[in-house]
Amino acid sequence: MVLWDAAEKKVIASVWAKVDIEADGFQALLRTLHVYPWTKRYFSHFGAMSTLKDIESNPKVRAHGRKVMAAVGDAISHMDNIKGHLSQLSQLHSDKLHVDPANFELLGNNIVIVLAVKLGNDAFTPEVQATFQKLVAVISSALTREYH
Amino acid sequence: MVHWDATEKQTITSFWGKVDLAADGEHSLQRLLYVYPWCRRYFHKFGDLSTISAIRKNSHVRAHGHKVLSALGDCVPHLGDIKGHLAQLSKLHCETLHVDPANFCLLGKNITICMASHFGVTFTPEVQATFEKLVTTVAAALSSEYH
Repeated sequence: MVLWDAAEKKVIASVWAKVDIEADGFQALLRTLHVYPWTKRYFSHFGAMSTLKDIESNPKVRAHGRKVMAAVGDAISHMDNIKGHLSQLSQLHSDKLHVDPANFELLGNNIVIVLAVKLGNDAFTPEVQATFQKLVAVISSALTREYH
Repeated sequence: MVHWDATEKQTITSFWGKVDLAADGEHSLQRLLYVYPWCRRYFHKFGDLSTISAIRKNSHVRAHGHKVLSALGDCVPHLGDIKGHLAQLSKLHCETLHVDPANFCLLGKNITICMASHFGVTFTPEVQATFEKLVTTVAAALSSEYH
């Protein structure tokens, strides 16, 4: 079980209050699809994504980015049992979506980068970075948990 | 050999012109030492690195961050042969410094995050992709003489 101290919970709550689920979710997914192009393989039903312009103007990318970021927000609301909370989603990613779990880390990295872009050096301190890297690592691990 | 197209070369050159070697170098190394604490093992001679306050005040961290980011900048004029350019530095990290090469990727990751936080929205997805390619290439080059 992952332990969160009071400082970490406070950092996550105060940063998350500034997150724009739609815009930031879109940016995180867009960066993942552009910087790690093999991830587009999972979204062939989204239509055109061969160039960055295609990805940016694809409404399905925007919608899915929002969905993913909202799911991260839900995990935050269940911080004391992220593993239990994400167990169904983990089964879905393994049994139906067949996503290589290494990709969860890539998306997590891009969520961290989007927060860095948004908050800037003064607010996105090493302490904030460490806390959010721990959060995305815990979420990745929870999403991988039901794989078999 | 890593191939860079004209757009990537232009992106790197114009981006690198705006990097603050001292401040960005310091921040990148601070982030590495705080978020991945085992890296402090390589810097015992720097003195106190036990807390984020200590890391922030440590003048060796500032100096070394500058040195590392300058070395990264020195790769920019040698994009056509980063591996050759870094061969000696690779040998040094293997034979004298005994650095686990996995740490090069971690530093690259923290340099990327530092750039994102410094440059904000101008750190676009295209810049990010090119920059990640650069730090990955440098990490691979630094590992290439390991034996």
